[in-house]
Amino acid sequence: MNRFAELMDRLTYEPARNAKLRLMTDYFRSTPDPERGWALAALTGSLSFPHAKAGLIRSLIAERTDPVLFELSYDYVGDLSETVALMWPASISFSEPEGAHAQSRSFHRSSGGPPSPLRGAGEGSVFLTDVVETLATLGKAELPARLARWLDALDETGRWALIKLVTGGLRIGVSARLAKAAVAALGAAEAQDVELLWPGLKPPYAELFAWLEGRGEKPASDDPAPFRPAMLAHALDESDLAGLDPAEFTAEWKWDGIRVQAVAAGRDGGMLARLYSRTGEDISKSFPDLIDALRVPGAIDGELLIMRDRRVQSFNVLQQRLNRKTVTAKLMAEFPAHLRAYDLLADGDEDLRELPFADRRARLQNFIARLNEPRIDLSPLVSFATWDDLAAARKNPAAAGAGADADAVEGVMLKRRDALYVPGRPKGPWWKWKRDPFIVDAVLMYAQRGHGKRSSFYSDYTFGVWTRGADGDELVPVGKAYFGFTDEELIQIDRFVRRNTVDRFGPVREVVHQPDEGLVLEVAFEGLQRSTRHKSGLAMRFPRINRLRWDKPPREADRLERLEAMLAQSQDSDARPRVSGEPVT
Amino acid sequence: MRPEDILLPTPAGICCKLGGFHIDPTRPVERALITHAHSDHARAGHGAVLATQETLDLMRLRYGENFAGAMQAIRYGESVNLGGATVTFHPAGHVLGSAQIAVTADGLRIVASGDYKDVADPTCAPFELVPCDVFITEATFALPVFRHGDADGEIAKLLASVALFPDRAHLVGAYSLGKAQRVIALLRKAGYGAPIYLHGAMESITRYYAGRGIALGELRAVRGADKAALAGTVTLCPPSALTDLWTRRFPDPLTAFASGWMRIRARARQYGVALPLVISDHADWVGLTATIAATGASEIWVTHGQEDALVHWCATRGLNARPLDIVGYGDEDEAGSEATNEAEP
Repeated sequence: MNRFAELMDRLTYEPARNAKLRLMTDYFRSTPDPERGWALAALTGSLSFPHAKAGLIRSLIAERTDPVLFELSYDYVGDLSETVALMWPASISFSEPEGAHAQSRSFHRSSGGPPSPLRGAGEGSVFLTDVVETLATLGKAELPARLARWLDALDETGRWALIKLVTGGLRIGVSARLAKAAVAALGAAEAQDVELLWPGLKPPYAELFAWLEGRGEKPASDDPAPFRPAMLAHALDESDLAGLDPAEFTAEWKWDGIRVQAVAAGRDGGMLARLYSRTGEDISKSFPDLIDALRVPGAIDGELLIMRDRRVQSFNVLQQRLNRKTVTAKLMAEFPAHLRAYDLLADGDEDLRELPFADRRARLQNFIARLNEPRIDLSPLVSFATWDDLAAARKNPAAAGAGADADAVEGVMLKRRDALYVPGRPKGPWWKWKRDPFIVDAVLMYAQRGHGKRSSFYSDYTFGVWTRGADGDELVPVGKAYFGFTDEELIQIDRFVRRNTVDRFGPVREVVHQPDEGLVLEVAFEGLQRSTRHKSGLAMRFPRINRLRWDKPPREADRLERLEAMLAQSQDSDARPRVSGEPVT
Repeated sequence: MRPEDILLPTPAGICCKLGGFHIDPTRPVERALITHAHSDHARAGHGAVLATQETLDLMRLRYGENFAGAMQAIRYGESVNLGGATVTFHPAGHVLGSAQIAVTADGLRIVASGDYKDVADPTCAPFELVPCDVFITEATFALPVFRHGDADGEIAKLLASVALFPDRAHLVGAYSLGKAQRVIALLRKAGYGAPIYLHGAMESITRYYAGRGIALGELRAVRGADKAALAGTVTLCPPSALTDLWTRRFPDPLTAFASGWMRIRARARQYGVALPLVISDHADWVGLTATIAATGASEIWVTHGQEDALVHWCATRGLNARPLDIVGYGDEDEAGSEATNEAEP
């Protein structure tokens, strides 16, 4: 547990992805089975302990500490688990001999005073394996005493990790995907390889570690409904078109939903169906309404959307269905999940990935017809003869066949008719040609230092637009961006921030933002939605710094009314076609 | 005689009218007794200063030759009579030269402990328990959540990181006087033999420590070092430098911060460091309460920090305790408290 706790502790502070990977891989390499397997389960969110609640932790500490000191401490620390972990009375005479304390503490700790916190793997250390295996069978009534014994045996970091783990509050900035990549790095494998095996694996994953370390066979994936690694498209630069022949391509709308793979297989007379994310994460639990619709064996590649009255809803609507802990009947009725299919990877047991796209498309049409399910339909092709035709369709999807669904179109996809289905992002067979982003000119208001390599740079920017305030025009923050600029531009902005700071709040600096003094940022973003979290009432989707407008005085930056108009237009069905990126008048 | 007749808390610091002196005054006075050389306790401009030789030397390094009208050195254990009071200095275990000041008059003894810690530190004399009637204690870490643990374990964490990331430069933020040298000494104790690099602000103080016979191994200035050559090395710098332009001279720097505050996650995150190291030169909760009990004092005066919790704890033990509101004692670990004159030129 201590080793695991140290890893959790390091991961919470380490901002860099590569450093997180190395920390995890090092842990997996140096920790024996089954301990590391349970750690992997914890990191991938595969563990849950239903009985341990925050209330239990609170009552345990209440029995052991002075209430006034607890309140003062909790008030200072601000986090219950952490306060308990730090305040928990250390017990005497554990693995370390008495004398160790007498030496390090100079005078009065030799005789029975509270010893320093325990560390290291002495006799009686708590292992993650013990915790997991014990809690799997322990009755609810026995839990408090058991938990207290473990807390007695652990040090501050160990107690923190244990409490966070069992109460389900372990947030350490590591995705399941990243943990799998770290395990894969034990051998010469990729995260994708682990992802493919994952549905067939169970904690503590001994056979996975054995295979990666070259001590065992590759675990057989006998999963009848496996994920197949997705094929991704390259972003198209308009200059690429000159070298491409329109006759070799088909085009479809690029739907603004989430890319999924829907797999169904007949097993034991019943049907096993799964929905995977683009990276192979099993997201079936979030979409039972769609799972029920998968009744024909095969593997569909498509876009998950919300459909109401036979109209595809915008991404803003889809977002309200995502990331819910529980999926209620009400949620499913209000936000019905829909699958728009654009490729077929398997038809029954037959693997279609070696067929050209044109052939797969024909098989897909046939498959969808057989399925005959209103929740699953075919993504239509966009007809064009020249690139100019396609450019016009991209600019105005509603007029080019997308009709009432045009709000959910975020560009066009180009696919070579002869393209095989190749995992990864091969350059050439598939292109995505996104619509132009929205653009506004905003004024830099606050800057915050970044992390890791950027820790000395002001690299996170809060920007605002003008609105009418109580005392005339004032800037109201509308978003935050931390990329889109070049390294050279970062140095320029950093210099500007340091020279034009008007106030400081911890790591944040307020920079000058007056009508005639300040920095105008051209901000690009993909969409707008209502937000109660921002003073402006708006939130931007995917904002980034497009250009630095050193030439423009802040007074000429955009106004909130313009953003309101953009939002109204994208929500108002009569306002289509949308003219992306053009000033709204 | 009442304790207040011997020592009286005033806005300028603790005053002894009887002996005509102040202890760690926060503004210039005629005669000052200084517990240790940290800038919130040791200020320039007093008429006369009585302190240990090390404290006087360190003040000279920071403020220049003429930091006071007159200076007098006193050894640990030595007695001096000032007016009607007898004064002795005793090791406080905080930093090199740090002392508790015991003031005795009419059979009543008050100990002003300044800042102290009761755990081993290879860079200074160990804390000495001085039995007394009134004990004046600091309260920097006076909450039960502060138990600093084993500094060697934190050093092991740093060395494990250096081994795991040999391509990165490890920057350890540490207060320039005391903490930096203790971290270096602990690294040496743990067997780390490579040269250790120093930010310009800590060169002179660190060389002074080395000159007092404290084994710090090979030390190098960062200034002028080749960027690529700094991969895999350890550099000590003031905490404020961790977010400074100065860090850009290092390859993929990994920032650590050695401070008792690193025990609190929100605090550590606030500094944005990747490797918080819980190493403190102040007594933790266990140290404070154990020391208070061991002095045998029946009256406790609590200065800077979390006074409420310590005063409450004293009350539960039947000790008469009260907070002293002395303005100006800070916390040397706070990044912003590094004096600006320490910034590297």
